[in-house]
Amino acid sequence: MMNSLQTIVDKYRETEGNVITLLQDTQEAFGYIPREAVEYLSRTLDIAPSRFYGVATFYVQFHLKPRGKNIVTICCGTACHVKGSERLLNSATQELNLTEGRDMTEDGQFTLERVNCVGACSIAPVSLINKKVHGKATTEKLLKEIRAIKGPGDAKE
Amino acid sequence: MQKNNIEIRVCMGTGGIASGGAEVLDAFKREIEASGIRASVRENCSTHRVGCRGLCAKDVLVDVAINNEKVTYQYIKPDMVSRIVKEHVMENNPVTEWTVGEEYHSFHKKQIKVVLSDCGRLDPESIDDYIAANGYEAAKNIFKSWTPEQVIAEIKASGLRGRGGAGFPTGMKWELARANVNDDKYIICNADEGDPGAFMDRAVIEGNPHSVIEGMLIGAFAIGSRKGYVYIRAEYPLAVDRLRLAIREATERGFLGKKIFGTELDFEIVVKLGAGAFVCGEETALIASIEGQRGMPRAKPPFPVNKGLWQKPTVINNVETLANIPYIMRKGAEWFASYGTEKSKGTKVFALTGKIMNTGLIEVPMGITLREIIYDIGGGIEGGRKLKAVQTGGPSGGCIPADMLDLNVDYESLAKVGSIVGSGGMIVLNEDDCMVNMAKYFIQFTQEESCGKCVPCRVGTKRLLEIMERVTTGQGKESDLELLETLSASIKVTSLCGLGQTAPNPVLSTLKYFREEFEAHIRDKKCPAKVCKELIIYSVLEDACKGCGACLRACPAGAITGEKKKPHRIDPEICIRCGACFDVCKFKSIGRD
Repeated sequence: MMNSLQTIVDKYRETEGNVITLLQDTQEAFGYIPREAVEYLSRTLDIAPSRFYGVATFYVQFHLKPRGKNIVTICCGTACHVKGSERLLNSATQELNLTEGRDMTEDGQFTLERVNCVGACSIAPVSLINKKVHGKATTEKLLKEIRAIKGPGDAKE
Repeated sequence: MQKNNIEIRVCMGTGGIASGGAEVLDAFKREIEASGIRASVRENCSTHRVGCRGLCAKDVLVDVAINNEKVTYQYIKPDMVSRIVKEHVMENNPVTEWTVGEEYHSFHKKQIKVVLSDCGRLDPESIDDYIAANGYEAAKNIFKSWTPEQVIAEIKASGLRGRGGAGFPTGMKWELARANVNDDKYIICNADEGDPGAFMDRAVIEGNPHSVIEGMLIGAFAIGSRKGYVYIRAEYPLAVDRLRLAIREATERGFLGKKIFGTELDFEIVVKLGAGAFVCGEETALIASIEGQRGMPRAKPPFPVNKGLWQKPTVINNVETLANIPYIMRKGAEWFASYGTEKSKGTKVFALTGKIMNTGLIEVPMGITLREIIYDIGGGIEGGRKLKAVQTGGPSGGCIPADMLDLNVDYESLAKVGSIVGSGGMIVLNEDDCMVNMAKYFIQFTQEESCGKCVPCRVGTKRLLEIMERVTTGQGKESDLELLETLSASIKVTSLCGLGQTAPNPVLSTLKYFREEFEAHIRDKKCPAKVCKELIIYSVLEDACKGCGACLRACPAGAITGEKKKPHRIDPEICIRCGACFDVCKFKSIGRD
């Protein structure tokens, strides 16, 4: 961990970096913002941890907790909303056995997220599975994709 | 012997890629390689990826041009490619059953393309393509033989106004920044397209990134800046990649960097990734974000043209505004101003989405009527349903009812009816959409995105949302309508930035034009469009049910029971009212009340 953090610090010093770019690089490296990383950056660069957390909690991009191996994202932009994104969200929540307030499955295989808009409104509703855009999504297609990732072992209801 | 020139262009915008554009392009490359056509002395055959062509509803769109004779195909899948190569490319015999029809042509007929003129024609990942289309010519001329004042005068004469939403005259903004004497000035391209339902900026950057860079170059020359930033959403990975590549290519050619075009002038562009905050579309919040802070707006004045990034004079222009600049400078202010209305000049790109046949990206002269957009270009409402409203301007805009279709689309006319042009999202709603739900949707959005700095926005939008939630769940009170109006009015006048000042617009405009829908929710506890979950009950119409089991399989909650070929039943206690059964039933045997 320390090595990759040192690379991030070096890059920050070389380019005109700032707290946001530091956090973006940290998240790129670890998938989320680990507490130890913030402590290290804070110590090395003499920036108060509160500045990191202030920024990290302001922007939706940053995650303070680990995320699942597979990320399922449902676009909730206006066009997707009127074309039924809520149904996609509901069925994915059910399929992944997620309850209110939890967005990652217990086995850490999946994280379900919503995004404000990915700008693919003309093929709404849109879902993203591990960053790949699936246009004109339907509940059936979405569940099929999720089940395919789950693998045959989990296919039984 | 004259060589045949064969060009194949595959749409690889976001829509194109999601529909399989990359696979189609690969298939073409493979088939062409296999056909041996490249080895032939008579043929010169090339495949190209191009940006968004507009009509994403019919993706993947493919052009096959033989000696500039162009045929466009729609809905192309990789397995269709070999036939096109065999019959059309090899034997010059187009596969007519797959070519675009009348709709495609009428979609384009009333459009006038300025910003999008090269989108869908050029390979966005090739600077040579852009240069061959006269790209960077305007910037070069300007750097060598114009004065900044002349450039500003030309942009002022064109009447170009900010395309990000507010509509501030671009030339005037540049003039104000020019007048500020300072060694360091910045020009920022605002590509933080946060409006849900809008993707114009994304399409422009993905389709023709060099036009934005050239626009920034000309802007930098006009105001006297040596450094620019593009603040772009991280949610647009393809746009980010293409932009970075374009900046690299332009730097290699000496169009960016030191001593540009052999003059004494320097200009560099830095790409900054947004971290996901709608409020960062606001100028002062965007500046705070580039500086690495929480993206919170501050009071204006001082305006960014006086004190912006790092306290230096800063111009912030939207992507589409900047992409207009090279074309205006190439063809002249007079040409640009010949389109549009008296106060709204030129063209505007709109993202046409929702319940419309031809969803996609369109560019139309300002002042065109909504009717022309919806019916002539958009091809009318999906599924033969009735138009109810058009939502423009996203969370800061409003809903325009169907009986106002003859309204001209320009800054002034839309403002008059309580909406805005905004950045260009245009979402078409039909009779299946609940206007109260739409208003709630937008308030929920702005409430989540409120940065929390000022009380009217932070607390006010929260209270608005609570009222909207009451109304949509059948808990609304008669007095709520008045409360919505007075609360909205206070939020508008007392909020610090544009986000709060415009947040109540969706509520106010729906209250104004669709009051009866609010009343139905409050008085009758009914949602006329059958959208608000808490107000609908699903049941199986036993006479119509064939017992096919489709609903049973579709139900995510396991609320449906029944034997094969016998009428099924929905348990209202378990039903989560998602409507999945209603959607899958082929026999219209699911009832909603």
